[in-house]
Amino acid sequence: MEFRFTDEQKMIRETAESFLQDVSNSEAVRKAMATEAGYDADLWQRICTELCFQAITIPEQHGGMGLGFVELAAVLEQMGRVLLCSPFFSTICLGVNALLVAGTEAQQAEYLPQIVEGTLTATLAYTGAAAARHGGNWGADAVTATYKKNGDNYTLNGALRYVIDGHTADLLIIAARAENSQGENGISLFAIPASTAGITRRWTPTMDQTRHQADITLQNISVAAAARMGDEGAAWTVLQKIISLAKVAVAAEQMGGAQEILDRTVAFTQERVQFGRSIASFQAIKHKAADMMLKCEVSRSAVYYAACVAQEALAADGDKTIATELHEAAAMAKSYCSDTFFFNAGSAIQLYGGVGFTWEYDVHLFFKRAKSSELFLGNGAQQRELIAQMLLD
Amino acid sequence: MKLTFSKEDELFRAEIAAWLKANLVGEFEQLKFRGGPGDEHMFPHERKRWEEKLAEGGWTCVGWPKENGGRGASIEQQVIFFEEYARAGAPGRVGHIGEGLAGPTLIAFASEAQKQKYLPGIVSGKELWCQGYSEPGAGSDLANVKTKARFVEDSSDKNQGKWIINGQKVWTSLAHESDWCFVVARTDPDSVAHKGLGFFLVSMHQPGVTVRPIEQLTGTSEFNEVFFDDAVADDIVGNPGDGWKVAMGLLGFERGVSTLGQQMLFQNELDEIVRIAKENGAAQDPALRQRIAEAHTGLRLMRYNAMRMLSAGDDGALDKSSLVYKLHWASWHRNLGVLAMDVLGPEAEMLESAPYNLTRLQSMYLFTRSDTIYGGTNQIQRNIIAERGLGMPKEAKGR
Repeated sequence: MEFRFTDEQKMIRETAESFLQDVSNSEAVRKAMATEAGYDADLWQRICTELCFQAITIPEQHGGMGLGFVELAAVLEQMGRVLLCSPFFSTICLGVNALLVAGTEAQQAEYLPQIVEGTLTATLAYTGAAAARHGGNWGADAVTATYKKNGDNYTLNGALRYVIDGHTADLLIIAARAENSQGENGISLFAIPASTAGITRRWTPTMDQTRHQADITLQNISVAAAARMGDEGAAWTVLQKIISLAKVAVAAEQMGGAQEILDRTVAFTQERVQFGRSIASFQAIKHKAADMMLKCEVSRSAVYYAACVAQEALAADGDKTIATELHEAAAMAKSYCSDTFFFNAGSAIQLYGGVGFTWEYDVHLFFKRAKSSELFLGNGAQQRELIAQMLLD
Repeated sequence: MKLTFSKEDELFRAEIAAWLKANLVGEFEQLKFRGGPGDEHMFPHERKRWEEKLAEGGWTCVGWPKENGGRGASIEQQVIFFEEYARAGAPGRVGHIGEGLAGPTLIAFASEAQKQKYLPGIVSGKELWCQGYSEPGAGSDLANVKTKARFVEDSSDKNQGKWIINGQKVWTSLAHESDWCFVVARTDPDSVAHKGLGFFLVSMHQPGVTVRPIEQLTGTSEFNEVFFDDAVADDIVGNPGDGWKVAMGLLGFERGVSTLGQQMLFQNELDEIVRIAKENGAAQDPALRQRIAEAHTGLRLMRYNAMRMLSAGDDGALDKSSLVYKLHWASWHRNLGVLAMDVLGPEAEMLESAPYNLTRLQSMYLFTRSDTIYGGTNQIQRNIIAERGLGMPKEAKGR
């Protein structure tokens, strides 16, 4: 057992840190978030060709680095710190993970090398508007698009919503259910190029501008059987795994964001003078900051542990016993980090005072990302309900 | 980063698990899950015998270096030891202050002769220790020590003599069961705060030492007042004036591996709450489900915090996770106490028996009110986190 980064992992983290601090400053984020795409295509190319972060978890046989989820989490933490506007999260933490967990050999061989080359982006589209029922429902019931077998092909219909980068991704991993199926039964996954006839996509502008979402409509689209990922009608288990891996990834970003906003807040309060002293010297401020730091540190432990578990769950030769902890570890990390990021970002506005309420200061960007990332895949309370089910039912 | 244990470590796990299974029987059976915080007053004599039993098996001081009589276990093996110890329900250690605090301090700061005099008694489980830090006027302000140490020269030899201790300590756990006390006392009567202190080793078996139990809100007494009236110290660790340095070094050891054992006790408490919740239907209440899941998450994350703390640099530098550790576990445990009562509902009120015999969960609930006070209150913890962790300005001193 060794619960700390190796030297190599530290190097990856530091590389990511120095690069991202440089290229994703406030100006760059604000410029990218105002575009419809929501990211700077040149920066994405630099990430893919100079840093190769997109290749971290892709196996060597497909041109990737063949590293694990811990390395990925180390990079995601840094991306979270700078609110990176990029198709990285959707392509890697949704698309690549889906291909690794559920893709056929042919699908992996076709798509993963393109992702390594930086010529293909991807995302996961599994929820309909039903994901908003009861204030957030990211389980199997959220899958509402349908498919039916049509000779050798499948015909898909339906509306997908809350799809990260859904309007720009080249490859869509779509979840649909057999007509008249319910709950966890009848769900299939398909890997479908976004250019397929019958697909319409629309950017849905969001409060958090640093991560764009889209609606996708499927109108009688026809896909070959080869587009199906895994067994027909039995994809919920793998989809659940993909979702849990994505939660760990979100949590890693949230932890980075929570840490960054804490650091900035402390620096601000040190500079800000009122009543003839730095406001950081007031115990009311110190104690709030201490609570923020506690939450950050616990979040960090949650993320590192969940990343270790995700690593075993994702690797072909991973430890099977540890891998069984994935859903629990992911729910714990997502619940704790969601609450932490929101608490820290909200506290930051309070401690910055008036200027924290302005558009000019970046605090609101963190506050908004905190809420959107909390809602995505289910907030803290919804994760705790999943844990309660594992524990009590 | 890696969560799996090596084959060698798994063998170590099998060894300690088998030993506990074979030895936690007979007269020791009744000690299972007893004697933790809030239950410290239970079975003191049986638990003392259990210390000696552990020592016979070589299971005291597992993390100490071999040359000091320990087992020289790696961090991983210490983690395993505490996990298996708690899994077996083995009792709270009456020797933990000697093993976890006094011993490591002596190993770090004491002379060879002192080590040889005191360490074997700790390793054998035969000599128990208590801690003389807090005073009526030195709580959160730990350096405000008033207890005095005065050096009295021998009439025949000016270079020989002894230290005489006068003063009062308070909140001394297990003082009435202990053979030795380590006492921080002022060697320079004109000094203030952390200067001019000494670190003394004082026998509890002498006329100059009086122990008076403090009746707590639990109706039981784990803590004591200890009065020193011309008590004679056997030794001073380091030089007069070094007391603060030695004492602070010791506080560092408090955050060590033994916290993992504490977590296993917490797990046992949480398990009982979950069992009751399933039985009485509280497990179906949405609000309580949230709180149970939160408690479960908090405890798991406490474990991961500890793992980070223990895996931190080989140079002994403390990871940032160690700064927040106390505030996290104390607040978590206090909330667990409240949760236990809320899961039980009106049944929570029912005593085991008159006059004031508490159930285990009642005792835990009441005792956790001390968790956020002793060893640095939550407020002091937040100051420490803000100042050392975040570099914010220090509190102004009133003197």
